[in-house]
Amino acid sequence: MVNAALDLAATDGQTVSRPAPETSPLAVRGLTVSYGEKPAIFSVDATFPANAMAAIIGPNGAGKSTLLKAALGVIPRLSGEVAVFGKPVESARDRIAYVPQRASVDWDFPTTVIDVVMMGLYRRVGLLGRLTQSLHAQAQECLDRVGMADFTHRQIGQLSGGQQQRVFLARALAQDADLYLLDEPFAGVDAATERAIIDVLKSLKAAGKALISVHHDLATVTDYFDHVFLINVRKIAEGPVQTTFTGENLNAAYGGRLAATHIDQLQLAAGA
Amino acid sequence: MGSEFVQLSLTPLLIGIFASVACALPGNFLILRRQALIGDAISHVVLPGIVVAFLVTGVVAAIPMLIGAAGAAVVAVILIEAIKRLGRIEPGAAMGVTFTTLFAAGVLLLEQSDTSTVHLDVEHALMGNLESLIWFKAQGWHSLLDPVALAALPHELGRIAVVCAAMIVLTVIFWRWLKISTFDEGFAEALGLPTSAIGLGLVIAAAVAAVAAFDAVGSIIVIAMFICPPAAARLMTNQLKAQVLWSVVFAVLSAVLGYVFAGYGPLWFGGENAVSAAGMIAAVSGLILALACLFAPHRTRIGVAKEEATA
Repeated sequence: MVNAALDLAATDGQTVSRPAPETSPLAVRGLTVSYGEKPAIFSVDATFPANAMAAIIGPNGAGKSTLLKAALGVIPRLSGEVAVFGKPVESARDRIAYVPQRASVDWDFPTTVIDVVMMGLYRRVGLLGRLTQSLHAQAQECLDRVGMADFTHRQIGQLSGGQQQRVFLARALAQDADLYLLDEPFAGVDAATERAIIDVLKSLKAAGKALISVHHDLATVTDYFDHVFLINVRKIAEGPVQTTFTGENLNAAYGGRLAATHIDQLQLAAGA
Repeated sequence: MGSEFVQLSLTPLLIGIFASVACALPGNFLILRRQALIGDAISHVVLPGIVVAFLVTGVVAAIPMLIGAAGAAVVAVILIEAIKRLGRIEPGAAMGVTFTTLFAAGVLLLEQSDTSTVHLDVEHALMGNLESLIWFKAQGWHSLLDPVALAALPHELGRIAVVCAAMIVLTVIFWRWLKISTFDEGFAEALGLPTSAIGLGLVIAAAVAAVAAFDAVGSIIVIAMFICPPAAARLMTNQLKAQVLWSVVFAVLSAVLGYVFAGYGPLWFGGENAVSAAGMIAAVSGLILALACLFAPHRTRIGVAKEEATA
Protein backbone atom coordinates (compact mmCIF):
# COMPACT_ATOMS: atom_id res chain seq x y z
CA MET A 1 0.00 0.00 0.00
CA VAL A 2 2.67 2.44 1.06
CA ASN A 3 4.82 1.51 -1.90
CA ALA A 4 1.90 1.91 -4.25
CA ALA A 5 1.24 5.39 -2.92
CA LEU A 6 4.88 6.36 -3.39
CA ASP A 7 4.90 5.01 -6.93
CA LEU A 8 1.81 7.03 -7.66
CA ALA A 9 3.46 10.16 -6.40
CA ALA A 10 6.50 9.42 -8.54
CA THR A 11 4.49 8.87 -11.70
CA ASP A 12 2.78 12.18 -11.12
CA GLY A 13 6.16 13.67 -11.85
CA GLN A 14 6.53 15.29 -8.42
CA THR A 15 9.94 15.33 -6.85
CA VAL A 16 9.75 13.21 -3.75
CA SER A 17 10.71 15.97 -1.34
CA ARG A 18 9.19 14.27 1.68
CA PRO A 19 11.58 11.80 3.31
CA ALA A 20 10.57 8.18 3.18
CA PRO A 21 8.17 7.32 6.04
CA GLU A 22 10.47 7.08 9.05
CA THR A 23 10.36 4.09 11.31
CA SER A 24 8.94 4.91 14.70
CA PRO A 25 11.65 5.62 17.31
CA LEU A 26 9.68 3.50 19.76
CA ALA A 27 6.87 1.08 18.99
CA VAL A 28 5.46 -1.48 21.42
CA ARG A 29 2.92 -4.21 20.81
CA GLY A 30 0.93 -6.04 23.47
CA LEU A 31 3.26 -4.93 26.26
CA THR A 32 2.22 -6.38 29.63
CA VAL A 33 4.11 -5.92 32.90
CA SER A 34 3.13 -7.15 36.34
CA TYR A 35 4.73 -6.43 39.71
CA GLY A 36 2.50 -8.77 41.69
CA GLU A 37 -0.76 -10.38 40.74
CA LYS A 38 -2.27 -7.26 39.18
CA PRO A 39 -0.78 -6.05 35.90
CA ALA A 40 0.87 -2.62 36.05
CA ILE A 41 0.29 -2.19 32.33
CA PHE A 42 -1.83 -4.53 30.23
CA SER A 43 -1.45 -5.28 26.54
CA VAL A 44 -0.33 -1.79 25.56
CA ASP A 45 0.22 -0.84 21.93
CA ALA A 46 2.00 2.40 21.20
CA THR A 47 3.70 4.02 18.23
CA PHE A 48 5.62 7.17 19.00
CA PRO A 49 6.36 9.61 16.17
CA ALA A 50 9.80 10.54 14.89
CA ASN A 51 11.21 14.03 15.51
CA ALA A 52 8.54 14.97 18.03
CA MET A 53 8.10 15.55 21.73
CA ALA A 54 5.67 13.02 23.13
CA ALA A 55 4.13 12.99 26.61
CA ILE A 56 2.98 9.89 28.45
CA ILE A 57 0.06 11.01 30.62
CA GLY A 58 -2.12 9.28 33.19
CA PRO A 59 -3.01 9.23 36.87
CA ASN A 60 -0.68 7.98 39.62
CA GLY A 61 -0.13 4.23 39.38
CA ALA A 62 -1.36 4.17 35.77
CA GLY A 63 1.90 2.59 34.59
CA LYS A 64 3.53 5.61 32.91
CA SER A 65 7.05 4.95 34.23
CA THR A 66 6.47 1.22 33.90
CA LEU A 67 5.78 1.63 30.18
CA LEU A 68 9.05 3.52 29.75
CA LYS A 69 11.12 1.10 31.84
CA ALA A 70 9.63 -2.02 30.28
CA ALA A 71 10.27 -0.64 26.79
CA LEU A 72 13.92 -0.10 27.80
CA GLY A 73 14.22 -3.53 29.39
CA VAL A 74 14.97 -1.97 32.79
CA ILE A 75 12.16 -4.09 34.22
CA PRO A 76 11.15 -7.46 32.77
CA ARG A 77 8.01 -7.72 30.67
CA LEU A 78 5.52 -10.57 30.84
CA SER A 79 4.76 -10.36 27.16
CA GLY A 80 4.87 -8.00 24.21
CA GLU A 81 7.31 -6.71 21.65
CA VAL A 82 9.41 -3.56 21.59
CA ALA A 83 11.02 -2.02 18.54
CA VAL A 84 13.40 0.95 18.69
CA PHE A 85 13.89 2.46 15.22
CA GLY A 86 12.51 -0.82 13.89
CA LYS A 87 15.08 -2.96 15.73
CA PRO A 88 15.08 -4.94 18.98
CA VAL A 89 16.02 -2.68 21.86
CA GLU A 90 19.24 -4.67 22.51
CA SER A 91 20.72 -3.67 19.18
CA ALA A 92 19.57 -0.06 19.44
CA ARG A 93 21.02 0.79 22.86
CA ASP A 94 23.54 3.23 21.40
CA ARG A 95 20.68 5.32 20.03
CA ILE A 96 18.79 5.63 23.34
CA ALA A 97 19.39 8.10 26.16
CA TYR A 98 17.55 7.65 29.43
CA VAL A 99 16.78 10.07 32.25
CA PRO A 100 15.48 8.08 35.23
CA GLN A 101 13.37 9.62 37.98
CA ARG A 102 15.57 11.79 40.14
CA ALA A 103 14.27 10.12 43.29
CA SER A 104 15.34 6.67 42.05
CA VAL A 105 18.97 7.11 43.10
CA ASP A 106 20.82 7.85 46.32
CA TRP A 107 22.23 11.38 45.93
CA ASP A 108 24.49 10.75 48.90
CA PHE A 109 26.62 8.51 46.66
CA PRO A 110 30.29 9.59 46.80
CA THR A 111 30.70 11.13 43.38
CA THR A 112 30.88 14.51 41.64
CA VAL A 113 28.77 16.24 39.00
CA ILE A 114 31.25 15.67 36.15
CA ASP A 115 31.59 12.01 37.20
CA VAL A 116 27.86 11.46 36.78
CA VAL A 117 27.88 13.10 33.35
CA MET A 118 30.81 10.89 32.32
CA MET A 119 28.63 7.85 33.05
CA GLY A 120 26.77 8.78 29.86
CA LEU A 121 29.99 7.97 27.98
CA TYR A 122 30.53 4.52 29.53
CA ARG A 123 28.93 2.65 26.63
CA ARG A 124 31.31 4.31 24.22
CA VAL A 125 34.50 3.89 26.28
CA GLY A 126 33.76 0.39 27.59
CA LEU A 127 35.14 -1.14 30.75
CA LEU A 128 38.76 -0.04 30.52
CA GLY A 129 38.85 2.49 27.68
CA ARG A 130 40.57 5.74 28.54
CA LEU A 131 38.43 8.77 29.40
CA THR A 132 40.44 11.11 27.21
CA GLN A 133 40.77 14.87 27.43
CA SER A 134 38.32 15.30 24.56
CA LEU A 135 35.71 13.10 26.29
CA HIS A 136 36.11 15.24 29.40
CA ALA A 137 35.56 18.31 27.24
CA GLN A 138 32.40 16.73 25.80
CA ALA A 139 31.03 16.06 29.26
CA GLN A 140 31.82 19.63 30.31
CA GLU A 141 30.01 20.93 27.23
CA CYS A 142 26.91 18.92 28.19
CA LEU A 143 27.02 20.60 31.61
CA ASP A 144 27.24 24.00 29.89
CA ARG A 145 24.12 23.21 27.88
CA VAL A 146 22.05 22.66 31.02
CA GLY A 147 23.54 25.70 32.78
CA MET A 148 25.59 23.71 35.28
CA ALA A 149 29.10 24.63 34.12
CA ASP A 150 30.02 26.10 37.50
CA PHE A 151 29.23 22.91 39.40
CA THR A 152 31.65 20.51 37.69
CA HIS A 153 33.40 19.25 40.81
CA ARG A 154 30.54 19.64 43.29
CA GLN A 155 29.49 16.56 45.25
CA ILE A 156 26.07 15.54 43.93
CA GLY A 157 24.50 15.50 47.39
CA GLN A 158 25.17 19.24 47.67
CA LEU A 159 22.89 20.12 44.73
CA SER A 160 19.29 21.28 44.87
CA GLY A 161 16.60 19.10 43.29
CA GLY A 162 16.53 21.18 40.14
CA GLN A 163 20.31 21.06 39.81
CA GLN A 164 20.26 17.28 40.25
CA GLN A 165 17.70 17.00 37.47
CA ARG A 166 19.89 19.10 35.17
CA VAL A 167 22.87 16.84 35.88
CA PHE A 168 20.78 13.83 34.87
CA LEU A 169 19.79 15.62 31.66
CA ALA A 170 23.46 16.46 30.97
CA ARG A 171 24.31 12.77 31.37
CA ALA A 172 21.64 11.90 28.79
CA LEU A 173 23.10 14.55 26.44
CA ALA A 174 26.51 12.89 26.82
CA GLN A 175 24.95 9.67 25.53
CA ASP A 176 24.53 11.50 22.20
CA ALA A 177 21.43 9.52 21.24
CA ASP A 178 18.58 9.76 18.73
CA LEU A 179 15.80 8.85 21.16
CA TYR A 180 15.50 10.48 24.59
CA LEU A 181 13.35 8.79 27.21
CA LEU A 182 12.66 10.96 30.25
CA ASP A 183 10.87 9.90 33.42
CA GLU A 184 9.20 12.97 34.96
CA PRO A 185 11.99 15.44 34.14
CA PHE A 186 10.00 18.32 35.67
CA ALA A 187 9.09 16.64 38.96
CA GLY A 188 9.92 18.86 41.93
CA VAL A 189 12.12 21.33 40.07
CA ASP A 190 12.12 25.13 40.31
CA ALA A 191 10.72 27.34 37.52
CA ALA A 192 14.19 28.32 36.26
CA THR A 193 15.18 24.67 35.92
CA GLU A 194 11.92 23.84 34.16
CA ARG A 195 12.64 26.54 31.58
CA ALA A 196 16.27 25.42 31.18
CA ILE A 197 15.18 21.82 30.67
CA ILE A 198 12.44 22.60 28.16
CA ASP A 199 14.87 24.77 26.17
CA VAL A 200 17.32 21.87 25.94
CA LEU A 201 14.55 19.44 24.98
CA LYS A 202 13.29 21.79 22.26
CA SER A 203 16.81 22.17 20.88
CA LEU A 204 17.07 18.38 20.74
CA LYS A 205 13.83 18.21 18.79
CA ALA A 206 15.11 20.95 16.45
CA ALA A 207 18.15 18.74 15.86
CA GLY A 208 15.86 15.95 14.64
CA LYS A 209 15.74 13.85 17.81
CA ALA A 210 12.71 12.05 19.19
CA LEU A 211 11.71 12.64 22.80
CA ILE A 212 9.29 10.72 25.00
CA SER A 213 8.60 12.01 28.48
CA VAL A 214 6.47 10.83 31.36
CA HIS A 215 4.63 14.01 32.30
CA HIS A 216 2.49 15.00 35.24
CA ASP A 217 1.49 18.61 34.76
CA LEU A 218 -1.54 18.69 32.46
CA ALA A 219 -1.38 22.51 32.30
CA THR A 220 1.85 22.48 30.27
CA VAL A 221 1.06 19.61 27.88
CA THR A 222 -0.13 21.87 25.05
CA ASP A 223 2.86 24.20 25.41
CA TYR A 224 5.54 21.54 25.57
CA PHE A 225 4.43 18.55 23.53
CA ASP A 226 3.36 17.55 20.01
CA HIS A 227 2.03 14.10 20.77
CA VAL A 228 0.28 12.53 23.75
CA PHE A 229 -0.14 8.96 24.92
CA LEU A 230 -2.83 8.52 27.59
CA ILE A 231 -2.62 5.45 29.75
CA ASN A 232 -4.36 3.93 32.74
CA VAL A 233 -2.99 0.39 32.88
CA ARG A 234 -4.45 0.01 29.38
CA LYS A 235 -3.94 2.46 26.57
CA ILE A 236 -6.63 5.14 26.52
CA ALA A 237 -5.61 7.12 23.44
CA GLU A 238 -2.62 8.28 21.42
CA GLY A 239 -2.14 10.91 18.78
CA PRO A 240 -1.25 14.55 18.13
CA VAL A 241 -1.99 16.95 20.99
CA GLN A 242 -4.39 18.91 18.75
CA THR A 243 -6.73 15.97 18.32
CA THR A 244 -6.07 13.64 21.23
CA PHE A 245 -5.64 15.87 24.31
CA THR A 246 -9.41 16.12 24.86
CA GLY A 247 -11.58 16.29 27.96
CA GLU A 248 -13.17 13.05 26.96
CA ASN A 249 -9.85 11.20 26.79
CA LEU A 250 -8.65 12.78 30.04
CA ASN A 251 -11.82 11.68 31.79
CA ALA A 252 -11.35 8.20 30.42
CA ALA A 253 -7.73 8.10 31.68
CA TYR A 254 -8.32 9.68 35.07
CA GLY A 255 -11.64 7.94 35.66
CA GLY A 256 -13.43 11.13 36.72
CA ARG A 257 -10.74 11.94 39.27
CA LEU A 258 -10.07 15.28 37.61
CA ALA A 259 -12.37 18.04 38.77
CA ALA A 260 -14.49 19.46 35.94
CA THR A 261 -13.23 22.97 36.72
CA HIS A 262 -9.66 21.77 36.37
CA ILE A 263 -10.38 20.34 32.93
CA ASP A 264 -12.01 23.61 31.90
CA GLN A 265 -8.81 25.48 32.63
CA LEU A 266 -6.66 23.34 30.36
CA GLN A 267 -5.96 24.37 26.80
CA LEU A 268 -7.64 21.30 25.41
CA ALA A 269 -7.90 20.23 21.84
CA ALA A 270 -10.80 21.72 19.88
CA GLY A 271 -14.04 19.76 19.96
CA ALA A 272 -13.53 18.54 23.52
CA MET B 1 63.80 -7.91 66.39
CA GLY B 2 64.82 -9.28 62.95
CA SER B 3 64.78 -13.03 63.00
CA GLU B 4 62.22 -13.43 65.73
CA PHE B 5 59.88 -11.00 64.01
CA VAL B 6 60.17 -12.84 60.69
CA GLN B 7 59.60 -16.21 62.33
CA LEU B 8 56.74 -15.33 64.67
CA SER B 9 55.03 -12.19 63.44
CA LEU B 10 55.63 -11.63 59.74
CA THR B 11 53.20 -14.24 58.38
CA PRO B 12 50.35 -13.57 60.85
CA LEU B 13 50.72 -9.87 60.13
CA LEU B 14 50.64 -10.37 56.36
CA ILE B 15 47.69 -12.77 56.61
CA GLY B 16 45.84 -10.24 58.74
CA ILE B 17 46.53 -7.47 56.21
CA PHE B 18 45.55 -9.54 53.16
CA ALA B 19 42.37 -10.82 54.83
CA SER B 20 41.39 -7.30 55.90
CA VAL B 21 41.96 -5.78 52.46
CA ALA B 22 40.25 -8.68 50.65
CA CYS B 23 37.10 -8.13 52.72
CA ALA B 24 37.18 -4.32 52.75
CA LEU B 25 37.26 -3.97 48.93
CA PRO B 26 33.91 -5.66 48.16
CA GLY B 27 32.60 -4.18 51.43
CA ASN B 28 32.75 -0.68 49.89
CA PHE B 29 30.21 -1.58 47.24
CA LEU B 30 28.05 -3.70 49.54
CA ILE B 31 27.70 -0.73 51.90
CA LEU B 32 26.85 1.74 49.13
CA ARG B 33 24.22 -0.73 47.88
CA ARG B 34 22.74 -0.91 51.37
CA GLN B 35 23.71 -4.59 51.42
CA ALA B 36 26.20 -4.50 54.28
CA LEU B 37 24.25 -7.28 55.95
CA ILE B 38 25.04 -9.63 53.07
CA GLY B 39 28.69 -9.69 54.13
CA ASP B 40 27.54 -10.41 57.64
CA ALA B 41 25.23 -13.18 56.41
CA ILE B 42 27.95 -14.77 54.30
CA SER B 43 30.44 -14.87 57.13
CA HIS B 44 27.86 -16.56 59.35
CA VAL B 45 26.63 -19.20 56.92
CA VAL B 46 30.19 -20.20 56.13
CA LEU B 47 30.41 -22.03 59.46
CA PRO B 48 27.77 -24.77 58.96
CA GLY B 49 29.13 -25.32 55.44
CA ILE B 50 32.62 -25.90 56.74
CA VAL B 51 31.42 -28.19 59.53
CA VAL B 52 29.38 -30.28 57.10
CA ALA B 53 32.37 -30.47 54.76
CA PHE B 54 34.48 -31.74 57.67
CA LEU B 55 31.86 -34.31 58.71
CA VAL B 56 31.67 -35.63 55.16
CA THR B 57 35.39 -35.75 54.39
CA GLY B 58 36.84 -36.15 57.88
CA VAL B 59 39.67 -33.71 57.21
CA VAL B 60 40.14 -29.97 57.46
CA ALA B 61 41.28 -29.17 53.93
CA ALA B 62 40.90 -26.11 51.80
CA ILE B 63 38.96 -27.42 48.82
CA PRO B 64 36.20 -29.32 50.72
CA MET B 65 35.84 -26.30 53.02
CA LEU B 66 35.40 -23.93 50.11
CA ILE B 67 32.86 -26.26 48.50
CA GLY B 68 31.00 -26.67 51.79
CA ALA B 69 30.94 -22.92 52.37
CA ALA B 70 29.75 -22.28 48.83
CA GLY B 71 27.00 -24.87 49.28
CA ALA B 72 25.91 -23.23 52.53
CA ALA B 73 25.89 -19.82 50.83
CA VAL B 74 23.61 -21.17 48.09
CA VAL B 75 21.29 -22.69 50.71
CA ALA B 76 21.26 -19.34 52.53
CA VAL B 77 20.41 -17.36 49.38
CA ILE B 78 17.55 -19.75 48.59
CA LEU B 79 16.29 -19.57 52.18
CA ILE B 80 16.44 -15.75 52.21
CA GLU B 81 14.51 -15.54 48.95
CA ALA B 82 11.97 -18.11 50.15
CA ILE B 83 11.39 -16.31 53.47
CA LYS B 84 11.14 -12.97 51.69
CA ARG B 85 8.54 -14.20 49.20
CA LEU B 86 6.55 -16.72 51.23
CA GLY B 87 6.56 -14.71 54.45
CA ARG B 88 6.44 -11.29 52.73
CA ILE B 89 9.17 -10.11 55.09
CA GLU B 90 11.57 -7.29 54.31
CA PRO B 91 15.00 -8.41 53.00
CA GLY B 92 16.99 -7.32 56.06
CA ALA B 93 14.83 -9.33 58.42
CA ALA B 94 14.87 -12.36 56.12
CA MET B 95 18.67 -12.22 56.06
CA GLY B 96 18.87 -11.80 59.82
CA VAL B 97 16.67 -14.82 60.46
CA THR B 98 18.54 -16.96 57.95
CA PHE B 99 22.10 -16.27 58.96
CA THR B 100 21.63 -16.47 62.70
CA THR B 101 19.75 -19.76 62.33
CA LEU B 102 22.39 -21.26 60.05
CA PHE B 103 25.21 -20.05 62.29
CA ALA B 104 23.50 -21.57 65.34
CA ALA B 105 23.05 -24.81 63.42
CA GLY B 106 26.76 -24.72 62.63
CA VAL B 107 27.66 -24.30 66.30
CA LEU B 108 25.36 -27.18 67.31
CA LEU B 109 26.81 -29.44 64.61
CA LEU B 110 30.30 -28.54 65.72
CA GLU B 111 29.58 -29.41 69.36
CA GLN B 112 27.95 -32.72 68.49
CA SER B 113 30.64 -33.89 66.11
CA ASP B 114 33.97 -35.35 67.16
CA THR B 115 36.46 -32.69 66.20
CA SER B 116 38.88 -33.37 69.03
CA THR B 117 41.50 -34.71 66.64
CA VAL B 118 41.51 -31.61 64.43
CA HIS B 119 41.77 -27.92 65.01
CA LEU B 120 38.12 -27.07 64.47
CA ASP B 121 36.03 -25.72 67.30
CA VAL B 122 33.76 -22.83 68.09
CA GLU B 123 36.56 -20.58 69.28
CA HIS B 124 38.57 -21.23 66.14
CA ALA B 125 35.54 -20.49 64.02
CA LEU B 126 35.10 -17.09 65.65
CA MET B 127 38.67 -15.99 66.23
CA GLY B 128 40.73 -18.03 63.81
CA ASN B 129 44.24 -18.99 64.82
CA LEU B 130 46.25 -16.11 63.48
CA GLU B 131 48.96 -16.32 66.13
CA SER B 132 49.70 -19.97 65.36
CA LEU B 133 50.41 -19.32 61.69
CA ILE B 134 54.10 -18.87 62.28
CA TRP B 135 56.96 -19.49 59.88
CA PHE B 136 59.00 -22.21 61.60
CA LYS B 137 61.79 -22.40 59.06
CA ALA B 138 62.52 -18.69 58.99
CA GLN B 139 65.80 -17.54 60.48
CA GLY B 140 65.63 -13.88 59.52
CA TRP B 141 64.88 -11.55 56.63
CA HIS B 142 67.26 -13.54 54.39
CA SER B 143 64.84 -16.47 54.57
CA LEU B 144 62.61 -14.52 52.18
CA LEU B 145 65.16 -15.47 49.49
CA ASP B 146 65.59 -19.07 50.63
CA PRO B 147 63.43 -21.49 48.57
CA VAL B 148 63.50 -24.18 51.27
CA ALA B 149 62.25 -21.80 53.93
CA LEU B 150 59.71 -20.23 51.58
CA ALA B 151 58.26 -23.67 50.86
CA ALA B 152 57.49 -24.00 54.56
CA LEU B 153 55.42 -20.84 54.72
CA PRO B 154 51.95 -21.51 56.19
CA HIS B 155 49.74 -22.40 53.22
CA GLU B 156 47.05 -19.97 54.51
CA LEU B 157 49.33 -17.10 53.49
CA GLY B 158 49.50 -18.10 49.83
CA ARG B 159 45.75 -18.65 49.65
CA ILE B 160 44.73 -15.33 51.19
CA ALA B 161 47.38 -13.48 49.16
CA VAL B 162 45.93 -14.87 45.92
CA VAL B 163 42.39 -13.99 46.98
CA CYS B 164 43.45 -10.48 48.01
CA ALA B 165 45.21 -9.95 44.68
CA ALA B 166 42.11 -11.22 42.86
CA MET B 167 39.91 -8.73 44.73
CA ILE B 168 42.20 -5.86 43.74
CA VAL B 169 42.27 -6.92 40.08
CA LEU B 170 38.49 -7.45 39.93
CA THR B 171 37.83 -4.07 41.55
CA VAL B 172 40.04 -2.32 38.99
CA ILE B 173 38.66 -4.17 35.95
CA PHE B 174 34.98 -3.87 36.82
CA TRP B 175 35.30 -0.40 38.37
CA ARG B 176 32.95 1.39 35.95
CA TRP B 177 30.33 -1.37 35.99
CA LEU B 178 30.36 -1.52 39.79
CA LYS B 179 30.21 2.24 40.13
CA ILE B 180 27.36 2.87 37.72
CA SER B 181 25.23 -0.11 38.70
CA THR B 182 25.65 0.80 42.37
CA PHE B 183 24.76 4.46 41.85
CA ASP B 184 21.96 4.14 39.28
CA GLU B 185 20.84 0.61 38.51
CA GLY B 186 18.05 1.69 36.14
CA PHE B 187 20.46 3.74 34.04
CA ALA B 188 23.00 0.89 34.03
CA GLU B 189 20.25 -1.44 32.83
CA ALA B 190 19.31 1.02 30.09
CA LEU B 191 22.96 1.12 28.98
CA GLY B 192 22.71 -2.63 28.52
CA LEU B 193 24.99 -3.56 31.43
CA PRO B 194 24.32 -6.99 33.01
CA THR B 195 23.28 -5.50 36.36
CA SER B 196 22.00 -8.76 37.87
CA ALA B 197 25.26 -10.50 37.01
CA ILE B 198 27.24 -7.58 38.45
CA GLY B 199 25.28 -7.77 41.71
CA LEU B 200 25.65 -11.54 41.88
CA GLY B 201 29.35 -11.35 41.01
CA LEU B 202 29.90 -8.87 43.83
CA VAL B 203 28.23 -11.19 46.34
CA ILE B 204 30.21 -14.19 45.07
CA ALA B 205 33.47 -12.22 45.32
CA ALA B 206 32.54 -11.24 48.87
CA ALA B 207 31.80 -14.89 49.67
CA VAL B 208 35.19 -16.03 48.33
CA ALA B 209 36.92 -13.35 50.39
CA ALA B 210 34.92 -14.40 53.45
CA VAL B 211 35.75 -18.10 53.08
CA ALA B 212 39.44 -17.48 52.46
CA ALA B 213 39.67 -15.06 55.39
CA PHE B 214 37.59 -17.31 57.65
CA ASP B 215 40.05 -20.11 57.15
CA ALA B 216 42.90 -18.01 58.51
CA VAL B 217 41.39 -15.46 60.84
CA GLY B 218 37.86 -16.53 61.77
CA SER B 219 34.51 -14.90 61.19
CA ILE B 220 34.77 -11.92 63.56
CA ILE B 221 37.41 -10.25 61.42
CA VAL B 222 35.39 -10.91 58.26
CA ILE B 223 32.26 -9.27 59.66
CA ALA B 224 34.22 -6.27 60.90
CA MET B 225 36.24 -5.75 57.71
CA PHE B 226 33.25 -5.85 55.37
CA ILE B 227 31.75 -2.89 57.21
CA CYS B 228 34.12 -0.85 59.40
CA PRO B 229 36.90 0.28 57.00
CA PRO B 230 34.51 1.18 54.13
CA ALA B 231 32.08 2.94 56.48
CA ALA B 232 34.92 4.97 58.04
CA ALA B 233 36.34 5.69 54.56
CA ARG B 234 32.97 7.04 53.38
CA LEU B 235 33.22 9.70 56.08
CA MET B 236 36.67 10.77 54.86
CA THR B 237 35.78 11.72 51.27
CA ASN B 238 33.07 12.41 48.71
CA GLN B 239 34.81 10.52 45.90
CA LEU B 240 34.36 6.81 45.32
CA LYS B 241 37.98 6.26 44.27
CA ALA B 242 39.30 8.02 47.37
CA GLN B 243 36.82 6.11 49.53
CA VAL B 244 38.09 2.75 48.29
CA LEU B 245 41.72 3.82 48.83
CA TRP B 246 40.93 5.07 52.34
CA SER B 247 39.20 1.78 53.12
CA VAL B 248 42.36 -0.10 52.15
CA VAL B 249 44.43 2.20 54.36
CA PHE B 250 42.06 1.63 57.29
CA ALA B 251 42.04 -2.14 56.72
CA VAL B 252 45.85 -2.29 56.76
CA LEU B 253 46.00 0.01 59.77
CA SER B 254 43.49 -2.16 61.66
CA ALA B 255 45.46 -5.31 60.89
CA VAL B 256 48.83 -3.89 61.93
CA LEU B 257 47.67 -2.02 65.04
CA GLY B 258 45.35 -4.86 66.04
CA TYR B 259 48.14 -7.41 65.80
CA VAL B 260 50.59 -5.25 67.76
CA PHE B 261 48.03 -4.33 70.46
CA ALA B 262 47.00 -7.98 70.84
CA GLY B 263 50.59 -9.13 71.25
CA TYR B 264 51.98 -6.33 73.39
CA GLY B 265 49.00 -4.34 74.68
CA PRO B 266 48.26 -6.57 77.69
CA LEU B 267 51.97 -6.44 78.66
CA TRP B 268 51.90 -2.63 78.64
CA PHE B 269 49.02 -2.77 81.09
CA GLY B 270 50.70 -5.34 83.32
CA GLY B 271 48.86 -8.34 81.96
CA GLU B 272 50.69 -11.54 81.22
CA ASN B 273 49.03 -13.15 78.21
CA ALA B 274 48.47 -11.79 74.74
CA VAL B 275 44.83 -11.53 73.61
CA SER B 276 43.29 -12.78 70.37
CA ALA B 277 44.78 -10.93 67.42
CA ALA B 278 41.68 -11.38 65.27
CA GLY B 279 39.48 -9.98 68.00
CA MET B 280 41.82 -7.04 68.51
CA ILE B 281 42.01 -6.31 64.76
CA ALA B 282 38.21 -6.20 64.60
CA ALA B 283 38.09 -3.99 67.70
CA VAL B 284 40.64 -1.57 66.22
CA SER B 285 38.61 -1.31 63.00
CA GLY B 286 35.58 -0.42 65.12
CA LEU B 287 37.65 2.18 66.96
CA ILE B 288 38.75 3.72 63.66
CA LEU B 289 35.10 3.92 62.59
CA ALA B 290 34.21 5.61 65.88
CA LEU B 291 37.01 8.16 65.43
CA ALA B 292 35.90 8.79 61.83
CA CYS B 293 32.34 9.39 63.08
CA LEU B 294 33.66 12.01 65.47
CA PHE B 295 36.37 13.75 63.46
CA ALA B 296 36.22 12.85 59.74
CA PRO B 297 35.66 15.75 57.30
CA HIS B 298 32.49 14.54 55.53
CA ARG B 299 30.26 13.55 58.42
CA THR B 300 27.63 16.24 57.92
CA ARG B 301 27.03 16.03 54.20
CA ILE B 302 23.25 15.62 54.41
CA GLY B 303 22.92 18.80 56.45
CA VAL B 304 25.13 20.70 54.02
CA ALA B 305 22.97 19.64 51.09
CA LYS B 306 19.81 20.82 52.81
CA GLU B 307 21.28 24.18 53.71
CA GLU B 308 22.41 24.85 50.16
CA ALA B 309 19.16 23.65 48.65
CA THR B 310 17.14 26.10 50.70
CA ALA B 311 19.64 28.95 50.32
